[in-house]
Amino acid sequence: MVPRWLRWALAGAALLVALWLPNGLYPTVAVDIACWALFAVAVDLLLGYTGLMSFGHAAFWGTSAYATGLAAINWGLPFPLAVLLGALAAVLLAVPVGYLAVKRVGIYFAMVTLAFAQMVYYIANQWRSVTQGENGLQRVPRELFGLDLTDEYYFYYAALPIVAGGLFLVWRAVHSPFGRVLVAIRDNPARARALGYPVHRYKLAAFLLSAFTAGLGGGLFAIGHRFVSLDVLHWTTSGKAVIIVVLGGIGTLWGPVVGAAGVTRLEDWLSFAGFEQIGLVTGAIFVLAVLIFRRGLWGTITHWLRRR
Amino acid sequence: MVNFLQHTFNGLVGGAFLALLALGLAVIFGMLRVVNFAHGAIYMLGAFGAYVLLTEVGLSFWWALVVMPGVLALFGMALERLVVARLARLDPLYNFLLTFGLTLILQDAVKSRYGVQSSPYDAPEILSGTLDLGAFDFPAYRVFVLFMAIAVCVGVWWLLSRTRVGMVVRAATERPELSTALGIDVGRWVTPVFGFGIGLAGLAGVLAAPIRAVNPLMGADLIIVVFAVVVIGGLGSIFGSVAAGFAIGLVQAWVQALGEHWALLSQVLVFLVMAGVLLWRPAGLFGREEAPA
Repeated sequence: MVPRWLRWALAGAALLVALWLPNGLYPTVAVDIACWALFAVAVDLLLGYTGLMSFGHAAFWGTSAYATGLAAINWGLPFPLAVLLGALAAVLLAVPVGYLAVKRVGIYFAMVTLAFAQMVYYIANQWRSVTQGENGLQRVPRELFGLDLTDEYYFYYAALPIVAGGLFLVWRAVHSPFGRVLVAIRDNPARARALGYPVHRYKLAAFLLSAFTAGLGGGLFAIGHRFVSLDVLHWTTSGKAVIIVVLGGIGTLWGPVVGAAGVTRLEDWLSFAGFEQIGLVTGAIFVLAVLIFRRGLWGTITHWLRRR
Repeated sequence: MVNFLQHTFNGLVGGAFLALLALGLAVIFGMLRVVNFAHGAIYMLGAFGAYVLLTEVGLSFWWALVVMPGVLALFGMALERLVVARLARLDPLYNFLLTFGLTLILQDAVKSRYGVQSSPYDAPEILSGTLDLGAFDFPAYRVFVLFMAIAVCVGVWWLLSRTRVGMVVRAATERPELSTALGIDVGRWVTPVFGFGIGLAGLAGVLAAPIRAVNPLMGADLIIVVFAVVVIGGLGSIFGSVAAGFAIGLVQAWVQALGEHWALLSQVLVFLVMAGVLLWRPAGLFGREEAPA
């Protein structure tokens, strides 16, 4: 185990980095990193702590992005309320999807979540009166009780409490008796069932919590970009979240955060350099990671620390 | 009535592609427990390969029909040896992830060379007409696709049920440890079977070139539908995958025939059917319940 003082030191250092971030990077990139970190942590709550790989989490990220965008545009809600509403919409969608998906394990779970996410994608694509189809939601307001947040720099700091709150929520869940049961289910589902834990219900609860967290990220993403396009629901978005988790380190909470920073930064750098085939690079890095670097960045560091 | 038959025919043709792709997935999964995410990208490579052979090498559709599945099968075998085999002892999720990464690479590689626009590909002269059967006429090329798909599915069924190789593959699929214990060298067949499944996806791609838009993303959304098809049929079941492929193609076409308002339903129908099957038979219509992984 990592000693307690080191945990607190890490949390403090992370907070300092988070506060400094938009000064060192473009604020837009900083906002993106924060959103993707939430998304990746949500995916890792299932993949790393419950042993379920969702390959359809874009459904929750995207549904929240649309719901948040619509709430902000049509009702003029201040953005934290709009984001919360978006995350709740994601949870609402996660109830039936999760109920069906947790009936399957392993690779089947991945395919089932993927298929449901694609269904949501088709619906959003066709439901033009609400989603504006290919055009997407334009000019999503970024408003907080009259405060002017058009500047990304200030928006980042306004959004940070939501990000920290989301991350804390997952951290609390993982380090609670609930989280221990999830890990037990991951390691040996048959034994967990034999011990009397309703395995399906625990998995569903983890699924809902994960959808909520992904939804927080998706909602902030919509406000941050002031624009929602169909991309937020595409399966490549789900895949990107999984890439971030694997690169950062499955089954760690810092890993997805580090991974989100790395992947977002890399993509930003590539597109800045005028390189259009981003998939070629992220795909290749990902393949290499799966082949020879399965612990990921943070996983490697903690493994190394523990061996000493 | 005439209309209904026409739609049924179109549904069978659409189902033929789903069946061919699901069949390849099922064969690979059966032998290696690998769910090949790159199956859609391979299908796209098949179609693109046919286009490149025609425009840059000058080889006709018929050549492509022979060359592309062969080339892709070899590519698949190399892939199995070089990367997939390295993950053999790990959680199958890693292979799923690996082939997902490959999909991104293959798509973007083709995109960087040929752009995202669709490349035109014409059916060969001899198949460009229609088949006149009294009251209905069917496009000759689509009839050809349907017959090819049925022939391949029957051929694979024959291979699996009537030959020695098929016996080994079936044994290894159902009970790998027991087969090994009985002295069957399962490992010898892993690479060829992977190549064969990839070749099937390549074949589907070449067949699709004249009637589907040939572009780098043509396999991207199709693969998700194929995944839903195999969940419906039962991933472990080869018969189930093929049957579900044709059935879904048919039902999609019938719903589409109801009118424009039904377009969305025909697209999400496969996923709705999947949801229903999951409620009723979580292992799929023809699948066996596997021990939880």
